[in-house]
Amino acid sequence: MSTSSVSRRNFLRVSMIAGGGMLVGFSTLGKDEKATMDETPFSPNVYIKIAPDGKITLVSPNPEIGQGVKTSLVMLIAEEMNVDWQKIQVEIAPLDAKYGSQTTGGSGAVRSRYTPLRQAGATARVLLIAAAADTWGVAAADCYAENGFVVSKIAGKKLSFGELATKAASMPVPANVPLKDPKEFKIIGTRVKDVDAQAIVTGKPLFGIDTRREGMLFAVVARPPAHGKKLQSFDDSAALKITGVKKVVQVKSSVAVLATSTWAAIKGRAALKINWEDAAKLESTTDHDKAFRELLSKPAATPNRNDGDVDTAMASASKVLDVYYEVPVLSHAQMEPLNFYADVRDGKAELYGPTQVPQNLVATVARELNIPPANITLGLPRQGGGFGRKLRPDNGVEAALISQAAQCPVQVQWTREDDMQNDFYRASGMFRFKAAVKDGNLEAWQQSFACLGNGRSPDTYPAGALKNLRIESYSLPTNIPTGPWRAPTHNVQAFANECFMDEVATELKKDPVAFRLELLKKAKEQPVGRLAYDPDKFISVIELVAKMCNWGKTPANTYRGFSTWFSFNSYVAQVVEIQMEKGKPKITKVYCAVHCGRVVNLSGAENQVQGAVVDGLGHAMYTKLTFQNGAAVQTNFGPYNFVRMRNTPLDVVVGFVPSEENPTGLGEPGLPPIAPALANALFAATGKRFRRMPFTDDIQFA
Amino acid sequence: MPKYNFTVNNRQVSVEADADTPLLWVLRDQLNLVGTKYGCGVAQCGACTIHYNGSPVRSCQLPVSAVGTGKVVTIEGLSEKGDHPVQQAWVEMDVAQCGYCQSGQIMAAVALLKKNPKPSDEEIDSTITNICRCGTNVRIRKAIHLAASKGGKL
Repeated sequence: MSTSSVSRRNFLRVSMIAGGGMLVGFSTLGKDEKATMDETPFSPNVYIKIAPDGKITLVSPNPEIGQGVKTSLVMLIAEEMNVDWQKIQVEIAPLDAKYGSQTTGGSGAVRSRYTPLRQAGATARVLLIAAAADTWGVAAADCYAENGFVVSKIAGKKLSFGELATKAASMPVPANVPLKDPKEFKIIGTRVKDVDAQAIVTGKPLFGIDTRREGMLFAVVARPPAHGKKLQSFDDSAALKITGVKKVVQVKSSVAVLATSTWAAIKGRAALKINWEDAAKLESTTDHDKAFRELLSKPAATPNRNDGDVDTAMASASKVLDVYYEVPVLSHAQMEPLNFYADVRDGKAELYGPTQVPQNLVATVARELNIPPANITLGLPRQGGGFGRKLRPDNGVEAALISQAAQCPVQVQWTREDDMQNDFYRASGMFRFKAAVKDGNLEAWQQSFACLGNGRSPDTYPAGALKNLRIESYSLPTNIPTGPWRAPTHNVQAFANECFMDEVATELKKDPVAFRLELLKKAKEQPVGRLAYDPDKFISVIELVAKMCNWGKTPANTYRGFSTWFSFNSYVAQVVEIQMEKGKPKITKVYCAVHCGRVVNLSGAENQVQGAVVDGLGHAMYTKLTFQNGAAVQTNFGPYNFVRMRNTPLDVVVGFVPSEENPTGLGEPGLPPIAPALANALFAATGKRFRRMPFTDDIQFA
Repeated sequence: MPKYNFTVNNRQVSVEADADTPLLWVLRDQLNLVGTKYGCGVAQCGACTIHYNGSPVRSCQLPVSAVGTGKVVTIEGLSEKGDHPVQQAWVEMDVAQCGYCQSGQIMAAVALLKKNPKPSDEEIDSTITNICRCGTNVRIRKAIHLAASKGGKL
């Protein structure tokens, strides 16, 4: 086994597989741990395995939740190894500390794996070449890797990676393997189809919900029907008489019904007689909205940011704009309702199911069930959407508790209603924006944000571009659970900011695109305070989208809205086009320009942005969740209204600003700017401002 | 418990189930045909779409007792080699993100093309009412057009 330190925190390790072949992997350990690591046996669960038969397997550390990470990571190693990406099989790694963080969230998977995986691929290539050169007695410099083979320029011979793998594993690992010059990229930046595409279109059992194991029972759980209620007592005698129902167990404040089929469990649950009692305040959305308005009318809290002198500028303004924006609670509504498989018996736990936080899940199960982490295994299936819901481990922990209580393997299935009542919701909130206008200029800007639970406005654009600016945040204590939802905080902040920016531009009689460019130019030349963003990258996406849609030359019978936002280190500018059909707006086309560093998979990247646009448009138009006495009023699709084909733009055109920089986030940044772009287009078409989501509360769409 | 005999993917099956059991759960829990997905249970999302006597049906709303001698086709039985023109078009357009809703989307699209081999955008939009939270709708529409252009026949 050879080890090479390639960076302060990453250690590359190469070893032979028992029976032949090579393993190339990374350990993300601290520098001090290196010595210990060299002495420990090397586990086969690493990033790349090359078998003697030429089969190459990538063990991917990040769960696939629809962000395309399985495909992107394959492309990275295929590029550096000079092998056809289609020859590489992907396995999602089970949870193991050796992989480093396996959390999927924050648009971070490709960002964090970009360099380590390329290094692993490049190292494999160099070792395979060294093994071939040694075999032929030629210099390594006279050999090259191509399409899964090492070829000798002089000897006119070639050997496959499989034939070379075992020998390559014994070659000394070079310290600094140069990565490919991006000019020579043949795979990174191209269009590669999802590696699971064929399995998806043929309905293969890829998802947690598809888990079927010997002796397993299906469980459906009665949880408190409202936030603020808890279990007092229950009678399961009628439930146990339902055909197929085998067991009823209480876990914390919930009652689980275990049966031989999901339907029997659902019927069993309906037959439970449960008394719930009030344990805390039962909250309602109308009370939240009233409380937001009260918070926002109070004198300023300690601001997140306070540049210049906003109050003086407001006092001396010729006009002060002062408006409110409102955003509702949202459920994550990932298409695969939550579920989890657990088999907890004899002090051991086998877990399998959808989560974005494998480490946290295992740690919580270990703590709550008093099982050593070493006795817990967790497998990660493909996941039917994440959007932040599975950043909480509750579904897995609950399944483990149920299995432990029932002493049998169990697949816990949440109904859609369960999912919507027991979410960690996107918080509702209200914004108050004020702008001081004088002599045709924007003199001061104040943004205040009040939201359910703990929220804080990001200290970002347009901060840095304005002399007088204040950002304030207020939290409303609540027992409604809140949590991250695709592009947390950005998804509401961008709406309010970019709608208000449009209002200011209209007041100043300035073109909305020219106005943003003017502000960003100021931020670049004379930044005020901390600058969280790169004005040049911002300008690049605005200019690209203006060029893509021929801004300033709006097609006949068409109205346009513009918006731009920065999140997860990526920049996005969008233009929404609408047409009026019998007095009702219809979204016809959307243009997006994106700066996300180097694009790894052009098809996947485009898909993520197009999806974020449709997702964001749908939520802006239709979707809200309200509470009445702690209970969700909308508990399924229908009342919880969702975008469908007929409300989907005919085309969403995506352009990427060419970049040589490492990739930045892409699963989320496409979403925040789309709601304000639509609101601004609606203003262009109707002369009315749409200051609360969903817009269907105030207008009907075609 | 009553017994029901019917045809799934050209195979005779016999299941014991309560009369009100939705076909969805019979397929998933008893016949191990898990390609048909549960999404809402109230006929809103379309993830559970199957073909019943050639028509698209939301299997969460079809009680097993109502299947009778009808013919059921699921995503697993759409084509022998997974190469139905609509499946091919889905792969070609790289439609899926998370992929969870796509078997239902494909079943709905196949049924549309059977009735209307060259649908317009408007016809696609008014017929396909499935939900995709990933927002792959634009590519779904393009994939249907692609399958239509290749004669997306059954």
